[in-house]
Amino acid sequence: MVPLGHYLILSAILFATGTMGVFLRRNVITMLLSIEVMLNAVNLAFIAFGRTHGSVDGQVIMFFVVTVAAAEAAIGLALVIALFRHRESLNPDVFTSLKW
Amino acid sequence: MLLFYLFGAIAVGASLLVVLGRNPMHSVLLLIVSFAALAGLYIGLEAPFAAVVQIIIYAGAIMVLFLFVVMLLNAHREDDAPGARPGLAHGPLRAGAVLALLLVAELGWALTRAGRGEGDLLASGPGADPAALQSVRSLGNVLFTEYSLAFEVTSILIIVAMVGAVVLARRES
Repeated sequence: MVPLGHYLILSAILFATGTMGVFLRRNVITMLLSIEVMLNAVNLAFIAFGRTHGSVDGQVIMFFVVTVAAAEAAIGLALVIALFRHRESLNPDVFTSLKW
Repeated sequence: MLLFYLFGAIAVGASLLVVLGRNPMHSVLLLIVSFAALAGLYIGLEAPFAAVVQIIIYAGAIMVLFLFVVMLLNAHREDDAPGARPGLAHGPLRAGAVLALLLVAELGWALTRAGRGEGDLLASGPGADPAALQSVRSLGNVLFTEYSLAFEVTSILIIVAMVGAVVLARRES
């Protein structure tokens, strides 16, 4: 059996990867994808903890996280489309003014 | 054990390529690979429902949405125009380094705390009945009794997100 620590280390690596993507990339779509990576890392930790404690609560939380991720993707992509329509760019550095 | 390392390596490698790749289209497709590897890990954790949700909802629905937007906007390349990446000033760079070190310290602290005496619970945790754990029935019971309020609130969240997406993406007349 794989010890819990291994799952947590894997989760931490995935989370750090996602964080790196959010901060390093200059493309709104890739930043959203990096956020998905971070959410998945958290899901993995939840399910590993739930398995360790013999409860299904971890899977229930994972279910809610997936729902929130779906809502976040829908809103985020709608924002991306709206921004692209205005500025013809996906670079977040271009979107500096609150109103134009 | 071997499968864990195989799937873990695939997940980490695909995620790294997602983050470092230049082409958003490749990033989306590689993220689907990463999700498939994570679904394999969930099966190893005796959570088949989570694995199926991962494949159907994440890889099937959310990633198709991303793919659709990438194709719609036809933005295959990250614009690397001069001036698109201004060099970071020293102040923000230092603050970022401090934040990164804090994150590493927190993760390390959490890992050392969690690893203590918990690792051997996997085989014989309290109430770790594999049959009960595996059945979707027990998951549904918990979801619709203990978490029923959260479940209903989730439906409101989905409706709000749907309406919000329609309003945001609407062409202004």
